[in-house]
Amino acid sequence: MGQSAVQCSCASAPRIILACSGASDVGHLADLAARELAKQGIGQMGCLAAIGGRVSGFMASVEAAAGVLVLDGCPLECGRRTMEQAGFRDFVHLRMTDMGLERGKSPPTPERIQVVVEEAAKKFSQVMSPSG
Amino acid sequence: MKLIQILGPGCARCEKLKQNAEEAVKRAGIEATIEKITDINVMIGYGVMMTPAIAIDGEVKAAGRVLSPEEIQQLLI
Repeated sequence: MGQSAVQCSCASAPRIILACSGASDVGHLADLAARELAKQGIGQMGCLAAIGGRVSGFMASVEAAAGVLVLDGCPLECGRRTMEQAGFRDFVHLRMTDMGLERGKSPPTPERIQVVVEEAAKKFSQVMSPSG
Repeated sequence: MKLIQILGPGCARCEKLKQNAEEAVKRAGIEATIEKITDINVMIGYGVMMTPAIAIDGEVKAAGRVLSPEEIQQLLI
């Protein structure tokens, strides 16, 4: 986590992006898309493993976030499961394989990353907008 | 003796959280040390992504909001 990862909530609570960052190609794709979304300012990338490890500061930050996006690579949905087992229910979830990206056949090309970034940004903004 | 750490850059909300922690300690009638942490590396070490945050005995209890004296008192019991 870089130093810019700590944000004063005097402005507004940040939106947090988490990826399964799994070993498969779609897990890798989820990870790279999350990094690109953070780079574009859609939200701040956090560590899903910190949720699994119940790191107190990170748990508290996710609880207070303005919104949370979880990117999962494959149907195992480790990201969603990790969040739910930690007691989090209110988050936006996107699975690479629901976007026609087949596990084992979807190496993370710039084009695929772009497709995921666009879909994730759209889905996140729809849920996050006041009009819902 | 409890250790209460207030993590934040030192803005008005951080200061308010510190005041609330002082009030909570007073009300609870316990012995506690209240530390103000402005070192961002310490915050990162706790996994804190937003401030102000409050840690009690090394565990972050809340981040990104100012807990009331009542809420902090509950955490101290």
